[in-house]
Amino acid sequence: MGKYLLRRLAINVILVAVAASLAYMLAATTMNPRGAYEGRQPPVPEAVIDATLDAYNLNDKTPVLQRYATWASGVITGDFGKTWNGGSVNDEMGRRVWVSLRLLLIGTIVGFVVGVALGAWSAVRQYKISDRVIGVSAFVLMAIPVFVLATLLAIGTYNLNRGLGFTLIEYTGEYNPKLAGWDQLMNRLNHLILPTISLSIGVSGAAFYSRIQRNMMLDVLGQDFVRTAMAKGLRRRTALIKHALRTALIPSATYFAFALGTMFTGAIFTEKIYAWHGMGAWLVDAINANDVNSVAAVTFFAAVCVLAAGFLSDLLVAALDPRVRVS
Amino acid sequence: MRSKVVLRRLFRNPQARYGIIAFVLLVALAYIGPYFGSYEWTEKDFMAFLSPPDADHWWGTTSIGQDMYAITLRGMQKSIVIGVLVALIATGLAAVVGAFAGYFGGWLDRVLMWGVDLLLVLPSFLILAIVSPRLRDGSWIWFVVLLAAFTWMITSRVVRSMTISLREREYVQAAVYMGIPRWKIIFRHIVPNLSSLLIIDATLNVSGAVVGEAALSFFGFGIQPPDVSLGTLIAEGSRNATGYPWLFAFPAGMLVLLVLSVNLIGDGLRDALDPGSNS
Amino acid sequence: MSILEVTDLTVTFPGGVQAVRGVSYGVERGEVLGIVGESGSGKSVTSLAIMGLLPRGAQVSGSVKLHGRELLGMDEDEIVKVRGKSISMIFQDPLSAFTPVYTIGDQIAEAVRVHQKMAKDKAAKRAVELLDLVGIPNPNLRAKAFPHEFSGGMRQRAMIAMAIANDPDLLICDEPTTALDVTIQAQVLEVLKTAQQETGAGIVMITHDLGVIAGMADRVLVMYAGRPVEQGPVDDIYYRPRMPYTMGLLASIPRIDGEEGSLVPIEGNPPSPSALPPGCPFAPRCPMKVDMCDDEEPPLTPFGSGRHVACIRSHEIEHKGLTGADVFPVPVIPPSDVVRVPRAERATVLRLDDMIRHYPLMKGAVFKRRVGTVYAVDGISFDIAEGETLALVGESGCGKTTTLQQIMQLAPPQGGRVVVLGKDSAKLDKAARKALRRDLQIVFQDPMAALDPRMPVGDIIAEPLRAHGRKDVRARVSELLELVGLSPEHAERYPQQFSGGQRQRIGIARALALEPKLLVLDEPVSALDVSIQAGVINLLEELKNTLGLSYLFVAHDLAVVRHLADRVAVMYLGRIAEIGTVENVYDHPAHPYTQALLSAIPLPDPEMERTRKRILLEGDLPSPADPPSGCRFRTRCPKFARLSEAERQRCVDEEPSVARLGNAVDHGAACHYAEEIEVITASDDQEEK
Repeated sequence: MGKYLLRRLAINVILVAVAASLAYMLAATTMNPRGAYEGRQPPVPEAVIDATLDAYNLNDKTPVLQRYATWASGVITGDFGKTWNGGSVNDEMGRRVWVSLRLLLIGTIVGFVVGVALGAWSAVRQYKISDRVIGVSAFVLMAIPVFVLATLLAIGTYNLNRGLGFTLIEYTGEYNPKLAGWDQLMNRLNHLILPTISLSIGVSGAAFYSRIQRNMMLDVLGQDFVRTAMAKGLRRRTALIKHALRTALIPSATYFAFALGTMFTGAIFTEKIYAWHGMGAWLVDAINANDVNSVAAVTFFAAVCVLAAGFLSDLLVAALDPRVRVS
Repeated sequence: MRSKVVLRRLFRNPQARYGIIAFVLLVALAYIGPYFGSYEWTEKDFMAFLSPPDADHWWGTTSIGQDMYAITLRGMQKSIVIGVLVALIATGLAAVVGAFAGYFGGWLDRVLMWGVDLLLVLPSFLILAIVSPRLRDGSWIWFVVLLAAFTWMITSRVVRSMTISLREREYVQAAVYMGIPRWKIIFRHIVPNLSSLLIIDATLNVSGAVVGEAALSFFGFGIQPPDVSLGTLIAEGSRNATGYPWLFAFPAGMLVLLVLSVNLIGDGLRDALDPGSNS
Repeated sequence: MSILEVTDLTVTFPGGVQAVRGVSYGVERGEVLGIVGESGSGKSVTSLAIMGLLPRGAQVSGSVKLHGRELLGMDEDEIVKVRGKSISMIFQDPLSAFTPVYTIGDQIAEAVRVHQKMAKDKAAKRAVELLDLVGIPNPNLRAKAFPHEFSGGMRQRAMIAMAIANDPDLLICDEPTTALDVTIQAQVLEVLKTAQQETGAGIVMITHDLGVIAGMADRVLVMYAGRPVEQGPVDDIYYRPRMPYTMGLLASIPRIDGEEGSLVPIEGNPPSPSALPPGCPFAPRCPMKVDMCDDEEPPLTPFGSGRHVACIRSHEIEHKGLTGADVFPVPVIPPSDVVRVPRAERATVLRLDDMIRHYPLMKGAVFKRRVGTVYAVDGISFDIAEGETLALVGESGCGKTTTLQQIMQLAPPQGGRVVVLGKDSAKLDKAARKALRRDLQIVFQDPMAALDPRMPVGDIIAEPLRAHGRKDVRARVSELLELVGLSPEHAERYPQQFSGGQRQRIGIARALALEPKLLVLDEPVSALDVSIQAGVINLLEELKNTLGLSYLFVAHDLAVVRHLADRVAVMYLGRIAEIGTVENVYDHPAHPYTQALLSAIPLPDPEMERTRKRILLEGDLPSPADPPSGCRFRTRCPKFARLSEAERQRCVDEEPSVARLGNAVDHGAACHYAEEIEVITASDDQEEK
């Protein structure tokens, strides 16, 4: 067991290192942080620019391998370097991870719970009206890309607010910094409404889980053990919930664990459209700002998340399914 | 014989029927529609900036006087072509890599799967975002290749695990015991028996690629101007969506319809190709 | 009064398919009713209809009365009080019948608590008691295990424990032993008898195995195409069948005590329930068919005391005293020329010397790692002479399939030697290996899985021909199809369009395409229904004689082996326990395992089954990853149990190898204390003499 975990850890460390290095090399060779300083009025002397860029380890006049070595030795000690304008990447990351977490946690969980419940229910009522309504809605929702859905919601809210004459639901930003205490908490919750809806009903939320759960549940419903449970004298309902749903939950829970792990970088659109400054938005902003070190840091973080998510879902399967547990 | 049965089942499935009809209509609209419009997509009508839909400009005009009808259909053409090409490349790659890894096992399997893991971990969004704007003078074909390169991994894992179970099937063993070379067995017995999975996957990859292209273009990382796609149009439109809804509604609506129709076909195919399904 | 009274039960599935068409029977207290039929005869659907467990779309009509109360149409509140309390059911496949995520103990306790007001800990205790009752060792510990951690036999015991948890009046057993090995089947049937004694319940026993019914049932109901065709006391049915289908069924089964001669096959296939022929559904396959048979379906009419038969010619059969062999044409199989030469002078087509095949044992699906070695095949030797059939028999996990794969791979074995037609597999180069494959072909167990579903039959049979560069492919394919009793037009069709028996014939045709000298048969008939089986066995026998083939025949069904094989090797845990001619091994088995195996097989003969003495084995097969020291069989050996302490020591320390038995030319056993006895017909009376 210990040996297995060590081997897996080693492979994952290599994968992360390769992914982050590749991202760094790609960013360092193609991006041009100098551009941000060159076009200024009044013009900045070249020597000053060079000095600034050298301080941030962003100078394209330094050979790329040398810059890579500096960056890599920093990463090993836990320092991801400086942003294009000299801020600390570590600080930025520390701030943004929490923003993403606050934004995404509720939506991800709500999407899973609602999706599983609807999927299971619709499987039990296969081919009835409710199944068809859920199925069609899921299909339509799954065909709407996040950026369309989020924009639609924002337009709807804008019109609603305008019609009402006051702001009922907020649609940009995380909170109003002018408020404090209880008011600020309510304001934060208000700001969460739209992103949570857009995250939890769409492609990566309830619609998706309801399809998976319905399929899994249908597979299980035809199986002998559900029949056995009813042959024992359990009611259909009890047999379905206690025996069928419990077993059919394993695959969707696995997906969920994975989604939970990759949540931080998966919400680029939601963050951009609702103007939350989380990890996803950072990637887009960093690319646009030619911010090499930030790009590498986000990549590093994303790779860690993907691998951790894979591990998390394996653990969850082992916890839920005695068949794969180590004895 | 079998394909006839599948087609019959497919058309008996209402979802798939509507999906196919919708998809055919959308393709027809994208390719035949422009001949009926009164403007070319490259034309600019300096008499009408940001005009709402009317008899002249059916779907309205943009801020520089482009006809939304012509330009949306042009974007749709691009999206459809990209979607289909990406799906074909990605599914083909997934089938070959997965089948070889699963069938041969051992070091080949380990190397290929390590590559898959690496590609999964690599920030596909980042690479596409950095590389594709720089392909400006190359062509969108490279964008298709890149998109496909980041689409096939999950499928190849599924193909691999199914190959591992197919490998133990008696008809595959029978072929081995007849002395048939292994690569021939893969293409004659393994891949055809995965065809239902692959067809479904290719279908769903079409919609995945359409959305993926639109998503990247939304941030300006995909199709580059002067060329347009649904994604670039939606990005453009969403900025002014509250004031000039037609800029957003038409491309977004077309995108949703396109994805929906392809998904319906995919789901219908799943029912039609899966002998265990009871529909 | 009967416990259960079923009258005119009919089940219609959506689409108008009638799976059950008018079944009536009654079960008395303490009585065992056997329901026999082939797959698709509607026997399982009948029992699910009684329990009310059919899928929702199914329409059930008729009447099912339990203690005089109508069960059909009862609402859920009422029926849940009956299910699991008054009627319990035991399902065929105990692995899928238990919920995989709960422990066995919890699932049994749940059954207890549904019907009895009982605290959780008390119910758990009751579950342990029940597990103890059905003979599960360490019930306290095993109750905490999950279903996948149980062996097949143990799961079926647990299933029985769950079924009798609430002391039911009626037990419905749906193929309760079909998925099990014979020695385990004997154990489980014994447990069922105990359970019946404990509860005094009536039992409905559904199976396709006429041997099991002969030993268990008091009365028998034979079903065909969704209807009972004959019903009566067990002796009447077995000794005086009056419906041609029953007669054919009984004549078509090979018997371990059987004489030589070809089996009697029933031609054709059972009709599909969606396309029944007019009149008697058996008429198209019936050699006694007259024109009147097509007019209307004969009703099940009373015939003598307590019997019912559905055949218009049953009285004629009675008068003339006809048997299955009289009615059904017995095929004539030409004798083989090769066997006239003494065995010692014939060429050896296959020789195994001390062959070894070990696997790494991996554990865990997520946290996969190696935890040991599976000693799948651990040093076996045998040889096959030209024109001979050697059967390799043993229960699941004995290593017979591994042996076969190792031979087919033509790769160097991990230890020992494999010599095919005089060529050592370790010394073959690529070209020589391919050339040798022409002479060595295989027929697989599952006729569905063995044929690529995406290829037409013609291409399937042509595949080996093309691979070895034959020219006249088309003509050869037609010739092969005719050889196995199909027609050349069949080449255009796909495997799915054929029945199981026909598919197996296609598999045989493919194996014969390159005119091999040695054919490996991997359980070629075990997936087929009894009436189909006989035809395929006859075909194999005929092909062997006319084409001069040699067979390596791998099987678990010892009755089929007796019929087809010349010599037999019994395997246990990767070693050969006993080997010799069929007559020697079956009539005078010397190894305690062979003896137990032979005595565990039920005979389709109620009289003999009632008086027969069984040697029951204790427990399950030990894991091949951790075989016992010395003799591998000693942990379950009935003889070991009777030995003195000093004698036992030898079994523990020294692994016996196959030694020739004194007075026989071709008979050896791997037992330190081998002793020939007769077991097949051994009865209690004989023991006393």
